[in-house]
Amino acid sequence: MANKSGSVRTPLRRALGRIPLHVILILICVAWITPSAGLLVSSFRPKNMIATNGWWEAFKTPFSFTLENYAYVLTRGNMGRSFVNSLLIAVPSTLMPIFIGACAAYAFAWMRFPFRKTLYLMIIALLVVPLQMTMIPILRLFNKVGLTGSFVGIWLAHTAYGLPFAIYLLRNFIAQLPRSLIESAQIDGASHPTIFLKLVLPTSIPAIASLAIFQFMWVWNDLLIALIYLGGTPDVAPMTVTISNMVNSYGGGWEYLTAAAFISMVLPLIVFFALQKYFVKGVLAGSVKE
Amino acid sequence: MHTNYIMVAIAALAVIPVFLWAYLMITEQIATHTSRKTAGVLRPWFWILPAVSLLIIFLVYPVINTIVLSFMDARSEHFVGLRNYKYIFSDSGMLVVLRNNLLWLVFFTAACLVLGLLIAVLSDRVKYESVAKTCIFLPMAISFVAAGVIWRFMYEFRPAGTPQIGTVNAILTAIFPNFEPKAWLFNRSTNNAALIVVGIWMWTGFAMVILSAGLKGISEDILEAARIDGASEIAIFFRIILPLMMPTITVVATTLIINVLKVFDIVYVMTNGNLGTEVIANRMYKEMFNFRNYGRASAIATLLLVAIIPVMIMNLKRFNTEESNG
Repeated sequence: MANKSGSVRTPLRRALGRIPLHVILILICVAWITPSAGLLVSSFRPKNMIATNGWWEAFKTPFSFTLENYAYVLTRGNMGRSFVNSLLIAVPSTLMPIFIGACAAYAFAWMRFPFRKTLYLMIIALLVVPLQMTMIPILRLFNKVGLTGSFVGIWLAHTAYGLPFAIYLLRNFIAQLPRSLIESAQIDGASHPTIFLKLVLPTSIPAIASLAIFQFMWVWNDLLIALIYLGGTPDVAPMTVTISNMVNSYGGGWEYLTAAAFISMVLPLIVFFALQKYFVKGVLAGSVKE
Repeated sequence: MHTNYIMVAIAALAVIPVFLWAYLMITEQIATHTSRKTAGVLRPWFWILPAVSLLIIFLVYPVINTIVLSFMDARSEHFVGLRNYKYIFSDSGMLVVLRNNLLWLVFFTAACLVLGLLIAVLSDRVKYESVAKTCIFLPMAISFVAAGVIWRFMYEFRPAGTPQIGTVNAILTAIFPNFEPKAWLFNRSTNNAALIVVGIWMWTGFAMVILSAGLKGISEDILEAARIDGASEIAIFFRIILPLMMPTITVVATTLIINVLKVFDIVYVMTNGNLGTEVIANRMYKEMFNFRNYGRASAIATLLLVAIIPVMIMNLKRFNTEESNG
């Protein structure tokens, strides 16, 4: 196609003209990957070597790699327990907003009731409310009812914080299901719970997958909410809190910090590589409605 | 103790769906036992009740409460009028905080947009597009805390003459023999920039993904027609691609702005707001936990809300036009 316009250019000249494009792009990619690569390589290097020379020296013979840093942070650095805590926090905090949000999204999409639009507009408005606006009253409430430092408290908080986005994303999807599909089921005598559970939820799996990944990553990577509602007890601290404490206490203990940081990245990276398509869809849904 | 938590979590996982299923069934039974008309009125409220009650308890009520607290003293006992707000805009420490947020707002947003657009446009023209985009998007999957560790290591400083273990100083001393290694995070003239770079590293992928999707939406025919007319690639970018992408760019910019106003984790992990790097969210955290001044903390949070209200209104308008268009 382009031959017509650029017939004067030979293929070779065109290829040469594209060299700056490749150089710039590859340089940017290398710059973006280097920080993570440095962390990964360092986490396998012995303590005395990390502190004395750069991580790129690791590729010079004699090679010297070790798993000791991982063994240390997992057993003595509280990272093993924190990993479990992160899971205990993230999994329920992902499932709850999806279930509760899907019910509400179904009602907003397929039921008629007074104030429907007003209520939905309020949910859109809540999408961007800074969570800082909620922290003091909720912390006081949690202190009063004894939920500070408990998983139940942080589950409820994450669920509520995740709901506006969950309702928004799922309603957009559920409202686009064909009207005939819902109506024919109603004519066949199916109740709303049946339509919802047997028809709407199964067809919404792609949207639910995007939402689940998004919410899981958000909760797994969260530091602020855990800091505030869990109150810093090591028993319940997720990895983000444990690592930020390690940064304060170890400072330059790179052998431990690099290993700990990488442990916290493993699960999100697996999710990211395995389900990148859905993750990207979730990101897109969060900003532009297709 | 810990096994208890695991049991609770497993129970919760099983209980949540069962509980919700039972809730739907019971409310449906209640609805069907009333007249048809009442059922139609009741049913929607049953369906939205769990979500709406959580939103009221955890978002609506606290927001109103925080606004009220922002006009009260440290322990929320006495009304103090605008005193907390006067403090926010006059205290010298707070002015540094506001300046830093402004620096973040301008440089973070601009850099993410420019780099995101550049990478989207460049990678659109190569065969290894998906690999390149994965490299850039990858940091989005990492927590700010892990990114903080990664970049503290990047910025690590050793006195001149000794081997540098931080990548940034090592590269600079290798390229420029006369370069004095810098303690990037401790030097007041570089530390804010160093932190903003971490933010850009994490969020450029977000901008790139959305801008790239917008770019793919531009019809190939228009670009081809311009090429046949002899327009250069640069002219095509500025005259055709950029104007067509303005709506997408606006959406990305607003999302970036919402997030950058609330930036917390990077600063908390890397400098804890010391040496002139504090931002609004960190200051609020400190007022809340270190100084126990709930009045000031609430006023700072309210300031964040006020800054975000224009975006909120834009969202609502966008939703309204989308709905009326079908």
